[in-house]
Amino acid sequence: MRHLLGMDDLDRDRIETILERALSFAEVSRREIKKVPTLRGQTVVTLFYESSTRTSSSFELAAKRLSADVVSVKASGSAVDKGESLKDTIETLSAYDPAAIVLRHPHAGASHMLADWVDASVINAGDGMHQHPSQALLDIFTLREQIGSLEGREIWIVGDVLHSRVARSNIIGFQAMGAKVIVAGPPTLIPRGIEATGCEVRYSLDDVDSADVIYLLRMQHERMDQNFVPSIREYARLFQLNSRRLGPRQLVMHPGPVNRGVEISSDVLDCDQSLIAQQVASGLVVRMAILYELLTGSENFAAGQPDSDPVPIGEPA
Amino acid sequence: MNRGPETVEQPLPTPLVQRPGPPASVLIVGAHVLDPGEGIDSTHDILIEDGRISEIAEPGSIEPGEGVERVDGSGKHVFPAFFDPHVHLRTPGQEYKEDLETGTRSAAAGGYAGVLAMANTSPPVSSPADIDALRHRARSEASVPVGFLATVTRDMAGLELTDMAELREAGAVGFTDDGVPVVNPGILRKALQYQRMCGGRIALHEEDPALTAGGAMHEGTVSMELGLRGVPSISESTMIARDAAIAGYEGGRIQVQHLSAIESIEAVRRARADGVDITCEVTPHHLCLTDEAVRDLDASKHKMNPPLRSEADRQALIEALLDGTIDCIATDHAPHAVEEKEVPYEAAMMGVTGLETAFASLYTELVLPGTIPLELIVEKLGCGGEPFDIDRFRVAEGQPASLCLVDLDAEWTVGEHGYESRSRNSWCAGRTLSGRILMTLADGQVAYRLRSFSLGVA
Repeated sequence: MRHLLGMDDLDRDRIETILERALSFAEVSRREIKKVPTLRGQTVVTLFYESSTRTSSSFELAAKRLSADVVSVKASGSAVDKGESLKDTIETLSAYDPAAIVLRHPHAGASHMLADWVDASVINAGDGMHQHPSQALLDIFTLREQIGSLEGREIWIVGDVLHSRVARSNIIGFQAMGAKVIVAGPPTLIPRGIEATGCEVRYSLDDVDSADVIYLLRMQHERMDQNFVPSIREYARLFQLNSRRLGPRQLVMHPGPVNRGVEISSDVLDCDQSLIAQQVASGLVVRMAILYELLTGSENFAAGQPDSDPVPIGEPA
Repeated sequence: MNRGPETVEQPLPTPLVQRPGPPASVLIVGAHVLDPGEGIDSTHDILIEDGRISEIAEPGSIEPGEGVERVDGSGKHVFPAFFDPHVHLRTPGQEYKEDLETGTRSAAAGGYAGVLAMANTSPPVSSPADIDALRHRARSEASVPVGFLATVTRDMAGLELTDMAELREAGAVGFTDDGVPVVNPGILRKALQYQRMCGGRIALHEEDPALTAGGAMHEGTVSMELGLRGVPSISESTMIARDAAIAGYEGGRIQVQHLSAIESIEAVRRARADGVDITCEVTPHHLCLTDEAVRDLDASKHKMNPPLRSEADRQALIEALLDGTIDCIATDHAPHAVEEKEVPYEAAMMGVTGLETAFASLYTELVLPGTIPLELIVEKLGCGGEPFDIDRFRVAEGQPASLCLVDLDAEWTVGEHGYESRSRNSWCAGRTLSGRILMTLADGQVAYRLRSFSLGVA
């Protein structure tokens, strides 16, 4: 595997491989010295055309924990601000001979184009409303830590599915791991024909008590201006996950950033059933695993590195 | 229902203009002549003298006179040249994409001997002086006859009518705001009223911007999976239904451009059954591709407006071409520069080129598999001028020579040796197609010959 562009690139075996690798990095992360020398001498470029806190910081830290040199470029304050095209920006950054480029871009397919242009491994860190595969992988990892196998579990993805790349990646990922996926939200925010992906559609939370996991999506305020929902108040009344709707054994997830009091009530957000903090922690080790698999994985001979378990710096190899 | 008063036509300038050149004298020996309009479908010699078809006779029966080029037509086909009522030549203002010279050369290479240029240039073609200037330039640059449409509304702003009568007097073949719809039904109604006096069919790009809402591709399973905003079919069909009703009420003549969806075909059928003077066109790419092609997110080949739709839509378009609902095939040849296309799909400009590949793509994708008969393709590529009162070209004695010589068996890879067009956003790029245009004669002149195809002088 050379690139990670979308969850449709991964079968269950590949997902398992990445999750197992992430598990070994989780162990490293609990040690005093959290750094391994795997990518020493290699360069990882992160290029973010959209604002991001979680994804950009965790990819950066993941690359640094693997001892890579990291170049982080944000659209604002760079040549991109001055109208430089994606292709020209990439050409410039390619001069550093990066082993991997992590790209977030407001347009679907940007990372696919990049993969055609460069020799580096390309990691899609979110492209428009299309895909966000590292998010789906960290969500699966988080769930596996909590409940073991996803086989036969019922996962509800609730809210603005239409505009959500997280939903598109997770529908594929959760189903690949054997879960049953139900999407719920107002019809204006459920894309037409989504049943073709194998999920079911609900327009209310009346039956949400059958869910093992409730995965909430961020309700973006600008959607209200475009009349996708008549009012945030009504949306919250119909689709907010609050303690009245949440059953005692159900788990709650959210990709962040959260709108307290809109898609989720504060008490649910802060309760023990919420896995939101674990998701962020998983983000780091899963992104380390993604970089590791792409840059040193057994199929990538170009990297010229053995496919062995990572050994922390300071320990005998 | 057509309730409008009669249209009054006036004598006007010749609709098409071309660069003058030496008239051709060519003898094509033993080619299979296929002209559905003339009812010819057999092998003949064709003698062209001083740009006119002087004789069509049994193979081997004509002796060429002095200075007549002799062309071996054995195993080749002769068709009446094609006519494209919908191309973008990008002049004035966007000559970095295309100009009159490259655009008409591209047309000639595709077997065309006539094209109609759309008016969404920069600035748009909105004044009689614009038409004058374009016709003047065409007389020195156009290798095939070209006609120009003017905009319906001033600068395509959708607010006020252009000087339609003066534009017609200056030589505007018809009117169109192509690129954008005429959103305001009141303006369209006035244009159709005015058309009773000045003539000229109004060609309509049918799309309701409120339903398109920034969509980048057809709304369906593929757009859902790719996370691209969708353009629903009803964005097109509801506007067709609206405009057909207005045209019926006013007795106007409208051409629906680039039909793409099942619902649109139904709207055209209903309007025609009600007596509305409505004609319509379809593009080769809508006949050959579906939204599945967009999965590669290659905007250069697969982003255009209207978008590639579903397989059911494509099948319905083929059916509508076969049953006569669709009048003609138009390429919507829309050249764009590399930097406008090699960007993420949503950010890319809409449109693909099509003049050089129209026949070969349709022959390869639809004739060879037996979906559409060859003669219907030849006819529908040839009759695109008729909605604008421009007669189709004929392979008949006494006619000016507007015909193309075609090798149906020749395979070629599109783009391998570049393009005649200035732009390379061909939806066929990289495809291997059957059917190569060897030579095109346009109004008596040799407008194109394939470089490797040599002519022997008798």
